[in-house]
Amino acid sequence: MPKSKSAYSIPSKKQKSDTYIFVVWVDNEAGVLARVVGLFSGRGYNIESLAVAEVDAVKNISRITIVTTGTPQVIDQIKLQLTKLVPVHKVAEFKREDKDVIFKEMALFKVVGKRNKIEKCLNACKKFNPVILDETKTSAVIQITALRREIDVMNKKLKPLGLISTSRTGAVAMTRGAKIFN
Amino acid sequence: MPKLLTGAEIVFKCLEDQKVEHIFGYPGGAVLPIYDELKNHPSIKHILVRHEQGAGHAAEGYARSSGKPGVVLVTSGPGATNVVTALTDAYMDSVPLVCISGQVPTHLIGTDAFQECDTTGITRPCTKHNWLVKDINDLSKIIHEAFRVATTGRPGPVLIDIPKDIQFAKTKYKKPNKEKKLNGKSHNKFSQDQIDELVNLLSKSKKPIIYSGGGVINSGPKASQALREFVELTGFPITSTLQGLGAYPGDDNQFLGMLGMHGTYEANNAMHDCDLLINIGARFDDRITGKIDEFSPNSKKVHIDIDPSSINKIIKVDLAIVGDVTSVISKINKTISKRKNGHSKSNKSNIAKWWEQIEKWREKDSLNFVNSDESIKPQHAVRRLYEITKNKDTYVTTEVGQHQMWAAQHYKFNKPNRWMTSGGLGTMGYGLPAAVGVQIAHPEKLVIDIAGEASVLMTMQEMSTAVQYNLPIKIFILNNQYMGMVRQWQELLHEKNYSESYSEALPDFMKMAEAYGCKGIKADSPAELDDKIQEMIDYDGPVIFDCHVDPNENCFPMIPSGKPHNQMILGPNDQEENKIKGKGKALV
Repeated sequence: MPKSKSAYSIPSKKQKSDTYIFVVWVDNEAGVLARVVGLFSGRGYNIESLAVAEVDAVKNISRITIVTTGTPQVIDQIKLQLTKLVPVHKVAEFKREDKDVIFKEMALFKVVGKRNKIEKCLNACKKFNPVILDETKTSAVIQITALRREIDVMNKKLKPLGLISTSRTGAVAMTRGAKIFN
Repeated sequence: MPKLLTGAEIVFKCLEDQKVEHIFGYPGGAVLPIYDELKNHPSIKHILVRHEQGAGHAAEGYARSSGKPGVVLVTSGPGATNVVTALTDAYMDSVPLVCISGQVPTHLIGTDAFQECDTTGITRPCTKHNWLVKDINDLSKIIHEAFRVATTGRPGPVLIDIPKDIQFAKTKYKKPNKEKKLNGKSHNKFSQDQIDELVNLLSKSKKPIIYSGGGVINSGPKASQALREFVELTGFPITSTLQGLGAYPGDDNQFLGMLGMHGTYEANNAMHDCDLLINIGARFDDRITGKIDEFSPNSKKVHIDIDPSSINKIIKVDLAIVGDVTSVISKINKTISKRKNGHSKSNKSNIAKWWEQIEKWREKDSLNFVNSDESIKPQHAVRRLYEITKNKDTYVTTEVGQHQMWAAQHYKFNKPNRWMTSGGLGTMGYGLPAAVGVQIAHPEKLVIDIAGEASVLMTMQEMSTAVQYNLPIKIFILNNQYMGMVRQWQELLHEKNYSESYSEALPDFMKMAEAYGCKGIKADSPAELDDKIQEMIDYDGPVIFDCHVDPNENCFPMIPSGKPHNQMILGPNDQEENKIKGKGKALV
């Protein structure tokens, strides 16, 4: 009998991981984000991006959007574990590929350079609703909204055109049509 | 205008309304106002421990033996950090605890004040929920909510951190809300359809097995009753996890013994070969399943659990029934009985062959060991202890290690709540303080901690608590001078390199007993064992029993890690046999 030198079993075959978006409605109270995030780190789940803000000031509800990757079993666990947390009201999850859900991130780009370079930047961003938030003779702050991977691409593309600083949010999500998450 | 109460008074008001009779604690600067208030509440008795970990384990023993939540009171900083092990232990084994900790005054939080620590931050991953009370007006609501969270659903520990200024502040007291807000988290989520589906599976099965766990105990005595009816109705074999022992009588013929890493040959082989596996209130722990890929490969799997997150966490199941064990099993029993009235055909004949197979496995007698006239074998000691105490409604706690497994294998439990052991976290030092808590809950009963000499030294100071409150707990130490389970793993897996597992300079437990003011008894030879055990039981007061056992004994049978259930290592008798017969293990 070949001997395992561990008191634990050997990991079994890995299943395929997929990217999922979780939307979590929580009581907006002290420590609630730490509970949600601590659950992810404590159980070895991964967080790709995170967005959180209060959405209902009367009922004191915050909405947390988390992008994560995992096997179907892990995704199932994340949902069930989140649901168990006392301040959590509701958890919805969907695949990133889901056509019924819109999912966006925002980025701010600071470009420093001559006018023509800034123009080139704006042009490159055309597909992503660019808005100029600040402008001087030698600089501009451009806001775009896009998917994560698109922002990654733009980030690379604008570097040679004078991009010196990027700030971006986590993803937020909303269902299409009249339906809401349930 | 209603009377205004201080925070400290409100704490006790809440405890009274929650019908708390005992709290386990240790005073300190940040909880002094609460301790000051203690004298005004004669219905609540405080048990002073010697270390906060002891308070936590004592409360666990109290909770597990009585079904009521255990209450712990500790100070800020070190008081809170010392209780973390016990909270984690309770979290892993689903024990309802309410821990109240003092905190530095609100205005000093975050300033690294004396005995300040981020208690809610530290205990967040080891509690079901915790609260830092920042407003006196929230205090009563939070305490009542804490009791609700700890005791409903899958039970577990909670913590309430109360800054010192809140303990002095005054407000009106609010009684607990009668209407329980469930927050969408009601526990019984099963339907009659699922019950019917299960009953169909039962009647079709030829090789069924029931695998019950701590959930049956947590669901209350009615669950054990329902389980017994269920087993009788179906005629199925039943095995149990470490935590589930006692839910079904250990000496009944349908009981196959414990399963898992140190489970019996018949239980593990039945798990492996079955065609229907019914998990009732257990969680497919890795000490149970062995190698996941080869776990019970040909069976339909049913999982009954109150916690939806337990389902499909480790083992994918075919039918999941989310609900309280008592309600689920009672529903199943009713459904079976109803159907039987229609046509009395039971499937007991279907499973006759399966029972024949199980009897063949049983003949292996996998819990057997080679006894000796010269030295006390630890298994023999536990068996004698069982024989001598079995008619006494005995409560048994354990530490963690070989002695724990021998206790689980050789001591037969017939009732729920009689067996308290640290399974999930495996906390050495659990048993002695747990015995203190059990004895507080059951002052007239015999309470024994089956201990190892290494484990018991970790919380030995609680003997002082036992002596102070005249708690006649019996600490039965299987003294083999080694951290036995560590030594066993080193023997089997690390070429007998016994790195740091031998305890040199062990204390003289007889003298230790004397120093604590309790009785010490020592046994060296099998001939004197019975008399000495009787002496221990007859003595009216705490006893430390130093039972010198064979230091080289290993705990068998055993599933080596990474192996499936049907590849067990059996004891020395069988190993001898195998040498002669070659591959004797291919018995089936």
